Amino acid sequence: MDRILFGDNQFFAVNHISDEKSMAQSIRFKDDAAIIKTLDYAIEAGVNTFMCTTHDRIANICQVIRDNPEKYRHFKIFPCMPYAHKYANAVTELGIAGTLKQYVPGNFVGSLFKGGVAFLSKDYMAIMELLIDAEMKMFKGLNTPVIFLQNVITDLLLGLKMTDVLVTFHDYVAKKYRAEAGFITMNLPLLLDVLEEAGIKNPIVCSSINKAGFRMSGGKALYKKTLETRKFRAIAMQVLAGGATSPKEAIEYVCGLPNIESILFGASSRNNINETVSLINQFDQKAIKITI
Amino acid sequence: MGISHLAILGAHPEVEIVGVCDTSKMMIDAIEKYSGFPCFTDHIKMLDSAKPDAVFVAVPTKFHAKMVEELLRRDIHVFTEKPFCLNPEEGNLLVALAKQKNLINQVGYHNKFVGTFQEVKRIVDGGWLGEIYHFHGQAYGPVVVNPKQDTWRSKPEDGGGCLMDYASHVIDLINHIIAPVSGVKASMLKSIFSKDVDDAVYAMLELSNKVTGLLTVNWSDDTIRKMSTSITINAKKGKLVSDANELKVYFKDECPEGYTKGWNIKHVTDLTHEVAYYLRGEEYSAQIDYFIRAIHGKVPNNINHFESAWLTDRAISLIRKEYTLTNG
Repeated sequence: MDRILFGDNQFFAVNHISDEKSMAQSIRFKDDAAIIKTLDYAIEAGVNTFMCTTHDRIANICQVIRDNPEKYRHFKIFPCMPYAHKYANAVTELGIAGTLKQYVPGNFVGSLFKGGVAFLSKDYMAIMELLIDAEMKMFKGLNTPVIFLQNVITDLLLGLKMTDVLVTFHDYVAKKYRAEAGFITMNLPLLLDVLEEAGIKNPIVCSSINKAGFRMSGGKALYKKTLETRKFRAIAMQVLAGGATSPKEAIEYVCGLPNIESILFGASSRNNINETVSLINQFDQKAIKITI
Repeated sequence: MGISHLAILGAHPEVEIVGVCDTSKMMIDAIEKYSGFPCFTDHIKMLDSAKPDAVFVAVPTKFHAKMVEELLRRDIHVFTEKPFCLNPEEGNLLVALAKQKNLINQVGYHNKFVGTFQEVKRIVDGGWLGEIYHFHGQAYGPVVVNPKQDTWRSKPEDGGGCLMDYASHVIDLINHIIAPVSGVKASMLKSIFSKDVDDAVYAMLELSNKVTGLLTVNWSDDTIRKMSTSITINAKKGKLVSDANELKVYFKDECPEGYTKGWNIKHVTDLTHEVAYYLRGEEYSAQIDYFIRAIHGKVPNNINHFESAWLTDRAISLIRKEYTLTNG
């Protein structure tokens, strides 16, 4: 995985700081062209991985990438599924069976053999595999070396103790897409316990890691210890969280932690992208100097 | 909602899940198969067999009163989802029964566990804003955004509608932060896409301390990604505007520690207490943890108890009465 990954929250009005900013972002990125332009700024800054949800609009972005193979030759996408709001809204509207009918490819309860049989025999794992295929359709032909399960699902399964489902996800993306599975979570230490026990070795786990201690369930100290002592491939997200911490302090903190393979961040403007990338590069260099 | 409660409880170190009940066979099958929790489709059978210390009730509102009464009669601590009951008459008996039996009782108005709203309460209680002369409680979000939806939330007799759902959260927050709603000067219940229930609520409220203000709630607003709740307070010594993420407060003269005269902005990232397990928001874990700790006697049963939720039911009924009175 690259050291720096570019996220997509800003494109879809996901803002943990302010509802007002969220609306401003929704206006700013109304057109797909604005998203593409921002991705190009990230590429210019040297960031070549886009970690994104399976939001409907990402399908359009994928098409632009497919249409410009030369320009995006080194570009990687890390899909994160599912885009939970899509399903939550569908469940409210259509119920569980109706939602499956809508999103599983083919005529789910009818002619499609795998879907129909899975539904009738309550083979939930087969249903999940069909849903993964449905979510992956938009990325056809693109380089997707890591496929993530969104935190809302990872953490729900963690609480429900449905470890088998996590394992099935892990195995299926490896088998079908020759990709590594990644897990996004707000409960890093708990998730590692469960994955390790289930025999998933050295998993890719993306979680909130920041100086403010925001969304680090179990506390900052436990996260630090986890990074120092557990074997996993860590991605830090929400690194800039906390209004009281300056970007410089925030990046210095994360770059100073051990064993973080990648840092995920999102930004709307060229300036903010360049600033964050250069801060990460700057503090990475400092960290290297100290260890030599 | 029940599935999130179950996950949070499943991750809680001081909780053992002794039974899960749902009428959806598909849901129960999946939980039984992959979670291994004992599952039931009849809640009375579950109570007889599992003998729980506490029960979480996450069912359509019309079943709350009967189910909660059954639980209290069996000496079981109860956490129930909001709104508490279909009307204040139903809730009266339950408030009395819970008190008489000395059982822990809590309703899921999770905003009271949101860092920004907790800070708003602290500022208001400290008197830093001076005398309040107006407030505006608002909530918007995309629940019913086309005419084709048919769930229990679209049926008035089941406790559906925006007033019972979205608006109850805002009313409860106003009750908690300023004072309980005691009168309704005007109200408008508007159907936008729904046939039989309201999709928006507009009301002018009076509180028990005589402060008046507005309530504006609309669950058919698909320009908002997910529910956004906010409160604005105008007072003689300052002004405050807060949603769940951001608190903006203006102090004319004096201010509490950590603030300065004029405008101040605080974010939820700096006001949130960490939780042991996170799912969809710290407040959901925090409210459940509070309930568990209340059962253990570690905290008083003083946040979101039945009595406070009953005050919200009463306000809902006053808003409905005022609307019926003027619109027939």
